[in-house]
Amino acid sequence: MSKIKVVHYINQFFAGIGGEEKADTPAELHKGEVIGPGMAFQKGFGEEAEIIATIVCGDSYFNENIDKAKAEILEWVKDLAPDLFVAGPAFNAGRYGVACGTIATAVQEELGIKSMTGMYVENPGADMYKNKVYILETRDSAAGMRQAVKSMTAFALKYGKGEKIGASVEDGYMNQGIRVNFFEKERGSARAVKMLIAKLNDKPFTTEYPMPVFDKVDPMPAVKDMAHAKIAIVTSGGIVAKGNPDHIESSSASKFGEYDIEGLCDLDESTHETAHGGFDPVYANYDSDRVIPVDVLCDLEKEGVIGKLHTKFYSTVGNGTAVASSKKYGAEIAKLLKADGVDAVILTST
Amino acid sequence: MRLELGKINITDIQFAEESKIDNGVLYVNAEELKPLVLEDEKIKDVYFDIARPGESVRITPVKDVIEPRVKVEGKGGVFPGWIAKVDTVGSGKTYALKGMAVVTAGKIVGFQEGIIDMTGLGAEYTPFSKTLNLVMVCEPIEGVKQHDYEPAVRKAGFRVAARIGELARELVPDETVVYETQTFKEGIDKYPDLPRVGYVCMLQSQGLLHDTYVYGVDVKQIIPTIISPTEVMDGAIVSGNCVSACDKNPTYVHQNNPVVEDLFAQHGKTLNFVSMIITNENVYLADKQRSSDMTAKICRMLDLDGVIITQEGFGNPDTDLIMNCKKIEAEGIKTVIVTDEYAGRDGKSQSLADADVAANAVVTGGNANQLVILPKLDKVIGTLDYVNVIAGASDHTLREDGSLEVELQVITGATNETGFGRLSAR
Repeated sequence: MSKIKVVHYINQFFAGIGGEEKADTPAELHKGEVIGPGMAFQKGFGEEAEIIATIVCGDSYFNENIDKAKAEILEWVKDLAPDLFVAGPAFNAGRYGVACGTIATAVQEELGIKSMTGMYVENPGADMYKNKVYILETRDSAAGMRQAVKSMTAFALKYGKGEKIGASVEDGYMNQGIRVNFFEKERGSARAVKMLIAKLNDKPFTTEYPMPVFDKVDPMPAVKDMAHAKIAIVTSGGIVAKGNPDHIESSSASKFGEYDIEGLCDLDESTHETAHGGFDPVYANYDSDRVIPVDVLCDLEKEGVIGKLHTKFYSTVGNGTAVASSKKYGAEIAKLLKADGVDAVILTST
Repeated sequence: MRLELGKINITDIQFAEESKIDNGVLYVNAEELKPLVLEDEKIKDVYFDIARPGESVRITPVKDVIEPRVKVEGKGGVFPGWIAKVDTVGSGKTYALKGMAVVTAGKIVGFQEGIIDMTGLGAEYTPFSKTLNLVMVCEPIEGVKQHDYEPAVRKAGFRVAARIGELARELVPDETVVYETQTFKEGIDKYPDLPRVGYVCMLQSQGLLHDTYVYGVDVKQIIPTIISPTEVMDGAIVSGNCVSACDKNPTYVHQNNPVVEDLFAQHGKTLNFVSMIITNENVYLADKQRSSDMTAKICRMLDLDGVIITQEGFGNPDTDLIMNCKKIEAEGIKTVIVTDEYAGRDGKSQSLADADVAANAVVTGGNANQLVILPKLDKVIGTLDYVNVIAGASDHTLREDGSLEVELQVITGATNETGFGRLSAR
């Protein structure tokens, strides 16, 4: 059997070009080159598969020029005609994950070429694309590279050879919202007894069929009298007082902070900064009003358009933060806002 | 209650002059069994055949699967209410013929009879490809209605299984397992630190050929009650239903209920297996409400800490499953539910007809809608006349080359909801 031909997609960081400052690097085709994590993949593939080209693209470039970048890359992949397209792994890098998901899906859907990627389960790219393309679950940072390469290599070879892909739990890809049958090692009754014993002892267990439940929040009715309303700001953009006194994490935040802005009508680099690790912080640090519009709301208060800007704002970092944590912080913040008589909230994200 | 279950391993079945079990081989004189079946005037004729694991044999339409057993010590006899009188069973000593089953088959009763393949892909999905099967193919008299014919075939199956079980009465079992539960006070005294666990077994009772019987009583007519898990080992619960073959519980599954076995395996170690609770799956809302209320109340009265709930059938009974789960959890009792799924052939649909956040611990027997191609096999025991109309089949089922395109639904026991098999889905 001839070798499986693979084209590999990575971002500017993993290509060794640079970090955030090089995120605008346009797409590049490196024919016959194996770059960055590709080396580990190639080692894992052994004689069974070969990376015939590596495509490198800056995360900002891809996301800001999505149509152009996609068209360029698809053209290259079409000419290369690989058996398999592998993107990433992107771990918990949001824009890289979205880029991997977008391009992997496009290659599969538009060129009919088998395609896959890998990332952390909470990467926004996962939710966007897990039902469209195989996404192997990785850890949240590049510290999990070895593991990611191992599982992605095994999957790539199986998939590339055209072997039958089993259920998500068997082959380590994220559940695609499609129920797939497979044989467990133990019969159902034994699994049920084990699950019950775990549940009785407050030990973790995993249901085999998560009940479809949607946490829908009905929007409040519109504020009728803005001229007398007290408005607050809440953000997941990570704006904190200068020096990040609460030490809010740059990713997977374990807390939220409360910050006093009484008498402030403009945030600048002497007063505030962002703790967020998921975007280039330069402009947010330079003028935090870009993330939470204190300046504009202050003006509106003076003009009588709104009754009052609440003197405190609440902030956490949305980057890599679990939905369960976000929900918890949201509930706590809501309680504080209610106690202070706030009528409406402007939520900003990044 | 204490029951000794003696297991007699059957290694082959052969037709012979004399019916007997010798050195693990079951010899059957079919002519002797025939009158036993034809006792019922609704059955015109019957013939017997043998299907062994690995043989290129397809059995269809399959109605019930029964394990021959005999009660050698203690009160009552097997299949109380049908073969034996209604004395309470579940104590003393019972022998079971392991590795074999009596399979009732033949002209269709409802539309929900099944297929048992002894080899090929289909064999992987049915537990009864691993048993030596003595198949009785029945033929009804002209003009008999399904609801009259169903009990005739059902009872004939029990008569044959009980007669074969009798052959083991004087034998020495290859292995004996003792199953013992304590009374409530004894259990608390003996296992003060172990969680008290119950098993809620939902029995198919939608009616119109979807029925189950306990001690001869139609389960539609019962209100939930407690029984000793050893009672089912003597055939206290039998199947009378024609629900889709994949997730109905043949009598064999009741006799060998895997939840009962696996809870007994943990009894006195990680948990105290207090009781089995049986309830029904009637179609009227008042019945559903009454039964689920009663079931939750019994769990509370027994001071249970946890229960496993198993279902039979799908769709309408999903609501009973979720009602039971919700109400039992609301009593502060932890639940695990065992079900199967109808997620569509593409696996993309919602799997159950009902859902609730309380059902956070689910074991699934897999997606019954999954399409499979079963190869043509050399021999058919029964008939392929109905293979395009049984549940899970379609007009396209029987293909030109003799293979069958079917959903797993048609395969007896494929997605069993007592956790009898290893099939699952994610």
